[in-house]
Amino acid sequence: MNKHLYAPGHTACAGCGQSLAVRLVMDAAGKNTIVANNTGCLEVFSTKYPESAFEVPFVHSLFENAPAVASGVEAALIHLGKKEGTNIIAEAGDGGTADIGLQSLSGMWERGHDILYICYDNEAYMNTGIQRSGLTPHLANTTTSPKGQRSSGNLRFKKPIPEIANAHGIPYVATASIGFPQDIQRKVKKALSIKGPKYMQIHVPCPLGWQFAPQASVDVGKLAVETGLYPLFEYENGQLTGVRKIPPKPVEEYLKAQGRFKHLLNNPEGIAELQAVADRNIAKYGLKAENTSA
Amino acid sequence: MKEFLEGSMAVAKAVALCKPGVVSAYPITPQTHIVEELAQMVADGHLNSQFVNVESEHSAASVVLGAQATGVRSYTATSSQGLFLMAEVVFNIAGMRLPIVMTDANRAISAPINIWNDQQDTISLRDSGWVQLYMEDLQETVDFHIMAYRLGEDRSIMLPVMVCMDGFILTHGIETVDMPSQEQVDKFLPPYKALYKLDVEDPMTLGPLADPDYYMETRYAIHATHKKVLDLLPKITAEYAKATGRQYNGLIEGYQIKDAERVIVAMGSVCGTVKDVVDELRAKGKKVGLLKITCFRPFPAEQICDALKNTARVGILDKSVSLGSYAPLAAEMKAAFFGKKKKPEIISSFVAGLGGRDITKESVKEMFSMLTQKEKACEYIDLKPELLKENYE
Repeated sequence: MNKHLYAPGHTACAGCGQSLAVRLVMDAAGKNTIVANNTGCLEVFSTKYPESAFEVPFVHSLFENAPAVASGVEAALIHLGKKEGTNIIAEAGDGGTADIGLQSLSGMWERGHDILYICYDNEAYMNTGIQRSGLTPHLANTTTSPKGQRSSGNLRFKKPIPEIANAHGIPYVATASIGFPQDIQRKVKKALSIKGPKYMQIHVPCPLGWQFAPQASVDVGKLAVETGLYPLFEYENGQLTGVRKIPPKPVEEYLKAQGRFKHLLNNPEGIAELQAVADRNIAKYGLKAENTSA
Repeated sequence: MKEFLEGSMAVAKAVALCKPGVVSAYPITPQTHIVEELAQMVADGHLNSQFVNVESEHSAASVVLGAQATGVRSYTATSSQGLFLMAEVVFNIAGMRLPIVMTDANRAISAPINIWNDQQDTISLRDSGWVQLYMEDLQETVDFHIMAYRLGEDRSIMLPVMVCMDGFILTHGIETVDMPSQEQVDKFLPPYKALYKLDVEDPMTLGPLADPDYYMETRYAIHATHKKVLDLLPKITAEYAKATGRQYNGLIEGYQIKDAERVIVAMGSVCGTVKDVVDELRAKGKKVGLLKITCFRPFPAEQICDALKNTARVGILDKSVSLGSYAPLAAEMKAAFFGKKKKPEIISSFVAGLGGRDITKESVKEMFSMLTQKEKACEYIDLKPELLKENYE
């Protein structure tokens, strides 16, 4: 058995999408990689003293500063003449990326550091107990955007971080999903072959927060992509260069697989709103495969 | 070599002599001239350093954290709100035992917004784990920046050091400064060798989660290391004296205190003013003196108590406050003397110079005069009662 650079024995929940994604990312990146990590689930379940799941140099500082810490790592490596051949990855969850860490991330993009930033998007603050973030999807039930007599859950839409990344003029922006593991590894390798700041947002279903059985993580991830709710695309220098084509499935198939959307199943208007989100993605990115019927 | 320099230029030159590989900063008055000068040195090729312009002080501190964690000597500077914005990272740097040196151009805290000098910013971060040194003049400021790296990077210490210099008074003041040569500094300050670092050849996890089984010992270790600083700093200043001829105690400095009946205790540039007043009053036969505290963290309580054990009346001059309680330095002094057999009869507390209000020689004379009266719990000097809308008596 090959030794993984993200080792087993950590304390992630059964079926954790993020943990699976991290293993894929680290193996694709290889051992000449330094990781800077925001506070969040990953840092908590992988680096509890005196143990660490990381077989590469790893630094965690605070909730929102991994992009700046990674920038300092890069500056130091340049000073030491050791930057060539060393990958730097900064990583965080969706809250650490889209909310509290967005300023730090924008600074890293703007300064042009040679760093791959990865957002593991499980669509809420899972580490603190499933509170909504800027990347929580429309109408999801979370502990701070609960469904109720007067609410159908999270009223906002996902913040368009990949578009914000592209607006910074960075050379590579991509989305990925644990539903498609080889695609994650291909994109990580491609990103690391490009100089400059890169952004990847990986959809990582959370059995606990989304309320589904742990063995369903990969299938739930696939459904998000196949319904058009989580489009997989790549931008190079601002140009759309690749999308994963889908035979679009109705969003209901994805929604009914999870407890966080259970309240919508008797709410045709809510389902229609989310179908409209998927339809916009399908049109915007040209997701629909030819010669297939939905 | 003696040079006539603005304080910020002198600091930039001293920092450059220490050869930091990474400098990162965000502009805030009155820190700006320091980092502008360092940026120019890098632009001109006179300083071989990566200068990282960032979008906030939070990121400035985070960049130097990342750089120092990668094994490279790093530097940043800030002031006031900037220090507060980076406060979270300041504590983190100490917890990670990264011996970064930072200059703080001491400035008041908002609201109301005020860009002028007092020491509220750094005093408020006294519990962060950083060593805090307060500077009287530009020569000290230059010399202690160099000693700060040596102290923090010592394998027995591994702690960050904050060099606190009064904003405008020192950052924008111009004095003759004897700059050490590069050879002198190179001999005194060896290249930085990290105890632990991010290195693909020897992978290591830095900044892990420590649960209740482990956290408390990390705090105790920093506390215990601060006690070691009290032993090591005077040794480092002695070595520095051998290298440059300039002598410092590093912890405290007594001025005319041996036979003094009244002593003012102060930190920072105001000590110069107090010394002038001491000279004037001594000329009139008054037995007065000054105890300057250079090192506020760690707090040299034993050294202070020993220095003042025969002084009848002591006045503590704070340029910061702990609103709703005793002034910070005064509280520490009273705690230090509590239970001691030999101690002053009176320890009065004076608050002065907040938000840049000048502490004049007259202000200092008033404090010495008040030391002939009964003990003052927390007396605001040079307060303008006519500006207060309510009567607080």
